[in-house]
Amino acid sequence: MSDKSASAYWAANIRLITICLVIWALVSFGFGILLRPLLSGIAIGGTDLGFWFAQQGSILTFIVLIFFYAARMNAIDRDFGVNE
Amino acid sequence: MDQFTLNLLVVGASFALYIGIAIWARAGSTSEFYAANRGVHPVLNGMATAADWMSAASFISMAGIIAFVGYDNSTYLMGWTGGYVLLALLLAPYLRKFGRFTVPDFIGDRFYSQTARIVAVIALLVISITYVIGQMAGAGVAFSRFLEVSSSTGLWIASGVVFCYAVLGGMKGITYTQVAQYCVLIVAYTIPAIFISLQLTGSFLPQIGLFSADSSGTPLLAHLDGLLTDLGFRTYTEHHANTLDMVLFTMALMIGTAGLPHVIIRFFTVPKVSDARASAGWALVFIALLYTVAPAVGAMARLNIINTIYPNGVAGETSLAYADQPQWMTNWINTGLLGFEDKNGDGMIQYYNDANAPAIAAERGWAGNELTNFNRDILVLANPEIANLPGWVVALIAAGGLAAALSTAAGLLLAISSAVSHDLIKSVMNPGISEKGEMLAARISMAVAILIATLLGLNPPGFAAQVVAIAFGLAAASLFPTIMMGIFSKTMNSTGAVAGMLTGLVVEMVYIFTYLGWFFIPGTNTLPNTADNWLFGIQPASFGVVAAVLNFIVAYVVLAMTKPAPKEIQELVESIRVPRGAGAAQSH
Repeated sequence: MSDKSASAYWAANIRLITICLVIWALVSFGFGILLRPLLSGIAIGGTDLGFWFAQQGSILTFIVLIFFYAARMNAIDRDFGVNE
Repeated sequence: MDQFTLNLLVVGASFALYIGIAIWARAGSTSEFYAANRGVHPVLNGMATAADWMSAASFISMAGIIAFVGYDNSTYLMGWTGGYVLLALLLAPYLRKFGRFTVPDFIGDRFYSQTARIVAVIALLVISITYVIGQMAGAGVAFSRFLEVSSSTGLWIASGVVFCYAVLGGMKGITYTQVAQYCVLIVAYTIPAIFISLQLTGSFLPQIGLFSADSSGTPLLAHLDGLLTDLGFRTYTEHHANTLDMVLFTMALMIGTAGLPHVIIRFFTVPKVSDARASAGWALVFIALLYTVAPAVGAMARLNIINTIYPNGVAGETSLAYADQPQWMTNWINTGLLGFEDKNGDGMIQYYNDANAPAIAAERGWAGNELTNFNRDILVLANPEIANLPGWVVALIAAGGLAAALSTAAGLLLAISSAVSHDLIKSVMNPGISEKGEMLAARISMAVAILIATLLGLNPPGFAAQVVAIAFGLAAASLFPTIMMGIFSKTMNSTGAVAGMLTGLVVEMVYIFTYLGWFFIPGTNTLPNTADNWLFGIQPASFGVVAAVLNFIVAYVVLAMTKPAPKEIQELVESIRVPRGAGAAQSH
């Protein structure tokens, strides 16, 4: 692998990681804690959407995020010819 | 058949299963002992990781911690699952590519320094032993109930069982037994939850039941909030805690997860780098099965407890008479983990918040809260009895709780023993040690770790989940930043890494010991462990994030003043960033 494609591969990886971590922080620290007051108008079963995100939604999003990252990274590995 | 016999039968059968698997897959060589043969499929590895991960803290303790606080303790749920995202994205694939057996191996080789390796071993030992204290406390509670003995006798029995169990098999035995343990613990956890959800809300899925209406016609959570307000307690669903501490606590659990040696070690056992990413996802799927049920268990148990004590409703004239106490209360009172006191001598139990007494307290002559002791760690184990479920469900939950505690304790002891025998003795002190000598050192270090954890577990510095959270604070402060810099900074050198790691570890340890007692010895704390005394209201476990930030800062400042890592190390870092060419792990 040439230096140029190595740095392009790493940059693509970092970009993907950044996108995933923004969503990761948004559903947990965001919707689950800090932004909960904003979501307080959306009622769910005796409480609000922020409570649901803190106890259910964030966990479900985390699962989706990991499989999304794994699938995207496998595709990037193939594009750069560094897959196993 | 009485409950005691049934408990013995079910728990005995589950143990026979684990021991059978351990004998069948007994480790032969040292490389099998640490990392099996790398032939573990990602789904199975994910399941075993989930069993390894979900300990007494998750199974026995967490729902109880949530039940008595409510929304504010959602931090445990988000923190202990969100860390897997960090593991999958930031650590697992690169550590797998690097191809070593242990975390100190990675740190020692990446930072080309025996000092870095030794500091990593020390951090690993502090983290893992703290973690084992929590497991011992939880396993002690489970044994005390199902063998009907006092909690300290239960703890000594637990330590004997863990010792026999962990010394018998290595990683391979552990991987397959942990798959079996996962199955036992998840069945044991979800069956009572499904029953209770059906009873209360008519919904089969506890995750839906939590947000459904109960028999009163109002949503379950709104009903619970109403009852709690009537009794002077804080509401369940609202935000009461210090927001800064909530954020930091969640973050500490997340980055602590990604720095835990016994979890990271699992990703060395998958065949390929892409499998390391998928394994983390599968692990989280299996973990989420319990973690999305736990908040429902907590809320429903709190409601059931209030309904048990106030069978005619909180507004009713009478509450539960001491003479009519259900069997589960008597059983748990015998363990010393549950306690009542008839303060006003009316023969009835009153459960309310006497620090914020509601108006009815004065009207009816209540003289204080009579539920004087409710160890949070008994809630999940008592839950099937509280809901009047059949005897086999009660026995199953004891087996599940023990599976959770044992599987994690075994994984931690493996991490401890490999750190001592492999990273310390073989790599640093005596490279010529025979395989036999290495295995012996591994087993002796396990025994010592169990003994320390048991002695400290007799008076644990908190409920199981809280003790475990402290271990996460330590992992967040010490190992996580160093591993991150090892992968994401090509130039980070040994001096910077060692200085950062030492700063993070020492700062967090001093902060923890100040409030929880020096080396967790009860009564030796410098300041009382209450929110008023904490720096900016940050509790000891949450402070791990502050210490982690200091770790990064110190490392980069030192790096700026010293020479960057040599060229061959920078090339090594480049090579671990690319999946192709990941061979089998080597010891050196």
